[in-house]
Amino acid sequence: MNKPKSVFESRLAARHRQGRLFGAVCMASTWFGIGVLVVLLAGVTWQAAGWLNWSFLTNFDSRHPEQAGILAGLWGSLWLILFTTLFSVPVGVGAALYLEEYESNGWLQRLIQVNLSNLAGVPSIVYGILGLTVFVRMFGVFGSQPKVVALSLGFTDLEIPLPFGRTVIAAALTLTLLILPVVIVAAQEALRAVPSSIRTASYALGATKWQTIRHQVLPAAAPGILTGVILAVSRAIGETAPLVMIGALTYVAFTPGDISSPTDIITNPAGLAEAPFDTFTALPIQIFNWVSRPKTEYQHVAAAGILVLLTVLLVLNGVAIALRHRYQKRIRW
Amino acid sequence: MKGDSHLLLRRFSLSRAKEQAIQFSLFLCALLSVVTTLGIIIVLVNEAVVAVGPNAAFFQEVSLKEFFTDTRWTPQFADKHFGVLPLLAGTFLIAGIAALIALPIGLASAIYLCEYAAPRTRDFVKPSLEILAGVPTVVYGYFALVFVTPYLLKPIFQDLLGFDVGVFNAASAGIVVGVMILPMVSSLSEDALRAVPRGLREAGYALGSTKFDVSVKIVLPAAASGIMASFLLAISRAVGETMAVSIAAGMTPALTMNPFRSVQTMTSYIVNVSLGDTPAGSVQYQSLYAIALTLFCITLAMNILSQVVLSRYREVYE
Amino acid sequence: MMSRLKVMPDNPPRRPQAEALKPPPETTAAPAKIETRDLSFFYGENQVLFDVSMTIRERAVTALIGPSGCGKSTFLRTINRMNDIIEGTRLTGHVSLEGIDIYAKQVDVVALRNRVGMVFQKSNPFPKSIFENVAYGPKIAGERKKKVLAEIVQRSLKRAALWEEVKDRLNDSALALSGGQQQRLCIARALATDPDVLLMDEPASALDPASTAKIEDLIFELKENYTIVIVTHNMQQASRISDQTAFFYEGRLIEMEPTTALFTKPREQRTEDYITGRFG
Repeated sequence: MNKPKSVFESRLAARHRQGRLFGAVCMASTWFGIGVLVVLLAGVTWQAAGWLNWSFLTNFDSRHPEQAGILAGLWGSLWLILFTTLFSVPVGVGAALYLEEYESNGWLQRLIQVNLSNLAGVPSIVYGILGLTVFVRMFGVFGSQPKVVALSLGFTDLEIPLPFGRTVIAAALTLTLLILPVVIVAAQEALRAVPSSIRTASYALGATKWQTIRHQVLPAAAPGILTGVILAVSRAIGETAPLVMIGALTYVAFTPGDISSPTDIITNPAGLAEAPFDTFTALPIQIFNWVSRPKTEYQHVAAAGILVLLTVLLVLNGVAIALRHRYQKRIRW
Repeated sequence: MKGDSHLLLRRFSLSRAKEQAIQFSLFLCALLSVVTTLGIIIVLVNEAVVAVGPNAAFFQEVSLKEFFTDTRWTPQFADKHFGVLPLLAGTFLIAGIAALIALPIGLASAIYLCEYAAPRTRDFVKPSLEILAGVPTVVYGYFALVFVTPYLLKPIFQDLLGFDVGVFNAASAGIVVGVMILPMVSSLSEDALRAVPRGLREAGYALGSTKFDVSVKIVLPAAASGIMASFLLAISRAVGETMAVSIAAGMTPALTMNPFRSVQTMTSYIVNVSLGDTPAGSVQYQSLYAIALTLFCITLAMNILSQVVLSRYREVYE
Repeated sequence: MMSRLKVMPDNPPRRPQAEALKPPPETTAAPAKIETRDLSFFYGENQVLFDVSMTIRERAVTALIGPSGCGKSTFLRTINRMNDIIEGTRLTGHVSLEGIDIYAKQVDVVALRNRVGMVFQKSNPFPKSIFENVAYGPKIAGERKKKVLAEIVQRSLKRAALWEEVKDRLNDSALALSGGQQQRLCIARALATDPDVLLMDEPASALDPASTAKIEDLIFELKENYTIVIVTHNMQQASRISDQTAFFYEGRLIEMEPTTALFTKPREQRTEDYITGRFG
């Protein structure tokens, strides 16, 4: 009786040491990631110091590192944010509504659900190839000369080239396909969080399915959907590979539609109609381009560009978090 | 109005037609995801396997045997060789280095977050890891090129150990890709660990186990399939990763296991072609689709495998 | 049995005693509003209602009682076709409202629910203002005029005896109301579409006694204008407020009688066992 007990006790100290060591290793692993994040941010800031200034934000790219700026990329990315959101929200929310509210248990729903999780795993560069073939070249069915379809908008003509070519619209459509699985899944989660008693109550009052969705379910799910959309769009904005594929230009000395400041929207309204069908560059493309240049000064330019990109992402994420926070407080079931 | 029972009857109404139209358009939205998948497959297969258009497809000009057995990838040279092995080697060398970093560290941090960390620590760490996951990949490429190679690899492996570390090398790319997929491993593994019922842990503690015993000998095996699934997903991400690899690993197709040399991955080859002025329709250009098809199949296989593993593990606890 | 009946009239505070004691006005007087014939209902393979045939009279309160899982709630939900929402359900037999088979192909379920209002066990206000909750039904039915909506809201809230408590804060969130107020809001919301039938699924089961009393008074007043069918777990409640009582057991309608008759001399042994508390 005595012997096994003493063995147990002498082992106990060793076992506790082993446990503490293991805990320490696990903790160190956790902080490793955060450590890298800190080093990365600090390093980029250090490299960008002195290079990120007002003229960097208002200049176009240049062969002289000191004069290189990010204006074209900034506007390109803003247009991409706008159109990607415009395209992905209705389609993504529509798909989620269909899957959650209309076809919640059919074989089609299961098929689409499996398909969504597989799509989310497809490398972004493959989406780039899809976008290149479908949107930029349109399978080559229009031959080598683009045809232009003109639509009158009243104050100006909307000139749509077919195929789209290397334009903002082609890129936004590609990014839309890329983030659609994420948007759909986020919207589905938000819809699922709406208690079913709301739906039952609405039906019992004689509402049709769409009235119930439109007046009760969507408003209740809106904050969740919006948060998901912003997070997905912020992912799209950092994406470089698909944009490289569809041929976003690397050296650009203009902004889409020649709109390079908010006042231009008033003075040059025709530019609004031109912008979607203009060639463009984007923040990550400019960064990639600068990183690839041999002159070491461009390292600093790239770092400054990275800070601008990270700031845009931070703003988007901040908005998402604020939204989530605000509406969580407001509605308690 | 009351008592008019005919009011109950259906009438042909605009609102009914509207309901139908809305349902149909929502159905089209949902269908778009299936169309996207089909679109990807059609585009890749059309250019790589069976051509519908005027240009011959890649595999109509290059045999499958050459593609998978030739050890040289030289589409730009006069003496053209289309052997995918160097690109596969480069891809898996970098994915392997990334896995070496991300899997153990990610799993350990998942264990820490699930079993050890105080709620307050978790509230700080989890969002931080999300930020890490949200950093664009082009930034990681920059980080590898400007910091990892000159300040980490060169001092240790070149100056100290005498290896020849190139400006572009697989190691730096692998390291940053590892950091990039770390949050994914960590959060998916944590979900798997969390799914282990509390009863199992309590049974372990009641038998006199330490926290280490419970974590490693009870929880970890019980969550094994979920962890495996997270590993597969993360490696698939690493295989498909493009920008960091294009920037940091260079553009030299090489059948090598030397992590300090420049290699080319499948993804960086695709970027390389798209940046150049290869004429559309030529064999070199079509090779882009063949590579993309190979990449798509590999990542799809890994994703499906991870889902299979995951659905098995669900059977155990639900 | 008799002793129980004597106690009952004391509970509802504002009700004339004679009204509760005397047998409901001879039921033959009121015409039939809702009729079911051989109604069976299935959840997948699982049959939960067996050949229920019942006649529900106009402008009267019909109580459905029985142990949990006896099918009384399912039966209630067949009357406004709420079960349609649940997948994998099947119904055989007939349910008619004023002689029209409501499961016939030509019947518009939306129009049906406009005329057959429903109040649920757990109050389920929309996460919107009090005004928006009540105005929702008329709004979706196409009423746009602000003035008309305001009148409907006021009238409905008054009928649901909630107006005095909320008239100064119609724009506050409905979720800020107490449980009892929320349930009366749900009643007001159901009344706002001007139905002629009101279905209530244990409307007071989640409420405190004071709120329950208010709801019971309300039901008593509403039967002047509405046909009310109420599912309740509480037999005293059934005997206090209803004119007719139907006893369900294991998916079958065991018996249906004028309330006083059912509670004083039930014909079936199982009914007696249930109302005397031997099971359930």
